[in-house]
Amino acid sequence: MLDFSILTNYTDLFLEGLKITIIVSLIALICSFILGTLIAIMRIAPFKLLNWVGTAYVEFIRNIPVLVIVFFTFLVGNFGGMIAGTIGLTIYTAAFIAEAIRAGILSVPKGQMEAARSTGLTYGQAMRMVILPQAIKIVIPPLGNQFINLVKNSSLLAVVAGGDLMYQGDLISAMTYATFDTYIFVGLFYLIITIPLSLGVNFLEKRMARSN
Amino acid sequence: MDFFAPFIEVYTADHLRFLLEGFWVTLKVAAASIVLSFIIGGIVGTLRYAKIPVVSQMLAVIVETIRNLPLLLIIFFTYFALPEIGIEMEITAATIAALTVFESAMISEIIRSGLNSIEKGQIEAGRASGLNYIQTLRYIIMPQALRRMVPPIVSQFISLLKDTSLAVVIALPDVLHNGQIIYAQKESYVVPVLVMVSLMYFIVNYALSMIARRLELKQI
Repeated sequence: MLDFSILTNYTDLFLEGLKITIIVSLIALICSFILGTLIAIMRIAPFKLLNWVGTAYVEFIRNIPVLVIVFFTFLVGNFGGMIAGTIGLTIYTAAFIAEAIRAGILSVPKGQMEAARSTGLTYGQAMRMVILPQAIKIVIPPLGNQFINLVKNSSLLAVVAGGDLMYQGDLISAMTYATFDTYIFVGLFYLIITIPLSLGVNFLEKRMARSN
Repeated sequence: MDFFAPFIEVYTADHLRFLLEGFWVTLKVAAASIVLSFIIGGIVGTLRYAKIPVVSQMLAVIVETIRNLPLLLIIFFTYFALPEIGIEMEITAATIAALTVFESAMISEIIRSGLNSIEKGQIEAGRASGLNYIQTLRYIIMPQALRRMVPPIVSQFISLLKDTSLAVVIALPDVLHNGQIIYAQKESYVVPVLVMVSLMYFIVNYALSMIARRLELKQI
């Protein structure tokens, strides 16, 4: 049976890891939402050069492993593992969020932009006050999925000593020599975060499918 | 020209060959894993679609558990924890096993939703024409569903190729691992090596994503 004394003896480390995993995922989500929105707007703005830069970013980043990006930010920047990991996760996730937001913006009928422009709003104002608020509804379920991916991908911090749940699990298993039991507990902690999130996303997706 | 000097220094024939050897390992491991995942995911997805009592529910719990865990944990678990209960694998086998467990869960979801996307009337029509349930699945539902599943499965293969890089933590001699060996020689090698590794991934994955996109367009 599982050795629950690991859980009671190392509660502090597990909770510290859980805290860092959640904080890093949340910060990376917020930052990649901002960066992703900018890139999505670049991709649809009426400027060829911006379109190209946005597309190049999305296509390049989506097709390379997140671990390579995390190594890059860790080895090139002079940050600790936690900050480098958060930046790496942000760069990676922003590409996926940009695509979700772009799909959301494109789902708003063109007439909305034309109507907003004809009332005298600039392109930026029309985007911010008319198009984005309508697009955001469609974007919420994919954003939820990206958050789940972020929580899972934040485990890469363990590779650059980022202090997250996976990293603490490694430390604990090295101290206890009970790798099997420790990893099971680590897995359970991840599930505590990700399962409710998946259920929430499923619920939202179903509700949206019905409202259409 | 200081910035480009390390690039010229690193990109020698020997280094590039070493990286390509690693990338070949990446491709082989990914190919083996996708074949196994497709078989296992296909069986799991079909069993869940068929709503066989108890079996379907048990599979649902297993699939949801695996899908909600980080792949890195599954790789660590396969290589470091399983030997404690007597299951020992060498690095390549452990990588393929871990990737297969994770990707099978993902692919089973693609298969299940692909099957679900075929209207229920098709089953009824198949049954009414005298086919049994298995025959209906095999001859009527599967051929239609498979066509719809191809684009998401190609996307999943792209994810799998990227995910293979995680096996660097258990020292699989893949492209990232070989890259680490090269840039361990000199700090200025880090950027050029990581750029080259990224380019290799990018070229293959971008080509795959183009194929997936073309297949998707064809269906509309």
